Amino acid sequence: MTRIGVLALQGAFIEHEQVLRGLEVEVCQVRLPHQLENLDGLIIPGGESTTIGKLAVGYGLIEPIRELARCGVPVWGTCAGMIILAREVAGYEQPLVGLMDIVVRRNAFGGQVDSFVEDLQVPAFGQDARPFPGVFIRAPLIESVGPGVEILVRLPEGGIVAVRQGNLLATAFHPELTGDSRFHRYFLAMTGGWAESGLTAAGSGER
Amino acid sequence: MARVTGNWTVKVGLAQMLKGGVIMDVVTPEHARIAEDAGAVAVMALERVPADIRAHGGVARMSDPELILRIKEAVSIPVMAKCRIGHFVEAQVLEAIPVDYIDESEVLTPADEEHHIDKHAFTVPFVCGCRNLGEALRRIGEGAAMIRTKGEAGTGNVVEAVRHARAVLGEIRRLQSMAPEELMAAAKDMGAPYELVVEVARLGRLPVVNFAAGGIATPADAALMMQLGMDGVFVGSGIFKSADPARRAKAIVEATTHYNDPKIIAEVSKGLGEAMPGLEIAAIPAAERLAERGW
Repeated sequence: MTRIGVLALQGAFIEHEQVLRGLEVEVCQVRLPHQLENLDGLIIPGGESTTIGKLAVGYGLIEPIRELARCGVPVWGTCAGMIILAREVAGYEQPLVGLMDIVVRRNAFGGQVDSFVEDLQVPAFGQDARPFPGVFIRAPLIESVGPGVEILVRLPEGGIVAVRQGNLLATAFHPELTGDSRFHRYFLAMTGGWAESGLTAAGSGER
Repeated sequence: MARVTGNWTVKVGLAQMLKGGVIMDVVTPEHARIAEDAGAVAVMALERVPADIRAHGGVARMSDPELILRIKEAVSIPVMAKCRIGHFVEAQVLEAIPVDYIDESEVLTPADEEHHIDKHAFTVPFVCGCRNLGEALRRIGEGAAMIRTKGEAGTGNVVEAVRHARAVLGEIRRLQSMAPEELMAAAKDMGAPYELVVEVARLGRLPVVNFAAGGIATPADAALMMQLGMDGVFVGSGIFKSADPARRAKAIVEATTHYNDPKIIAEVSKGLGEAMPGLEIAAIPAAERLAERGW
């Protein structure tokens, strides 16, 4: 059985767990480094990126997460998790895992009164062309991507909100709050544990 | 669907992102930076912490928008602010600033003793206090997207927060054991909207995030509230009325994350210095008990 860890330092980790359990995946909460052992994938959830980053540093999780990703284990960051995966956060110095060649801007749309829901087109879902409900909460935006990064989703006005770089996935929005499990199944396909899902791990976004 | 702001998903969603975290009362931009550095998930911008409101007496009102703006500029995390119960114009002002969350709070002097604010009318989400499940569901019915226990603010005494948390969580467990035809009588008894009573019975929890507040002063207090089943904690006077706010703030954040790990709670509790001075609830005259405000 596929075993996915969800970083449970702070934020919406239970929501990810619930979606994964619905897909019959074994889930474990990760708060300390030894809990990263024997995982087929890791999700860094939404929350406050400053809080999650400080706790990750304080409890020695940054380097073990980097090592996990270097070994090829898929890692997915949603919202705050995407910030923590980024190489650089424009305008802020904060603790980052820093594995993805992307520059992100925090609170790029403004404060909570500017949080929004908007339908997204996700070419990576292949034949399933139904729009995906994008829930953006004080959301970050990807300002620039390096050459090895595949853009999966753009907002209608062009902003980059989902990317993939090999075994790393990042979304500025919150699929765990929608009741639509397609992004979770896409991530599971990356782990190789969801061959029967009909979704392939090979992306179909723009390069 | 075209872009929609201020709907229920994004209002409840921000509270979901705050879960497992600590929201700290701050009265200056310097406090706000200390809170953010310690790992707070949000700050509550105030002119006085509840212990000082209690000591000061008189009418406590919404904070000066200038102070709230200066605190907003100081940090990158969400900034909340309090308005008086029923004072919908204070809420309009806070939305115009804008803050990220409004606490319609019994810590301030109520502006209306019969009506709370129609919170559905706002884009900015609201958190409200409660002492029991009926009160929580009345506030959610009015549009609150997050609930907290009232506890007894400014006392450094966790007993009322525990009482209110146990009341809410115990009443939810009771609803879960009921036959469907018993839920209408339960709704009538607790004075709560029937649809929400049915939803709570089905979910086994509130339909919104549920934090602890009112009297939390130590890392062990925070972990106690988390083990009882709360989603996170507000710490008001407990941090900046203590001997070493920066260390205590960080310790409470770590105890909230590792609430099930007594060894870590012991470690972070070492050498924090004096906690805030505590108040025995029985020593507070009934008229000065903040939790009695609102219904």
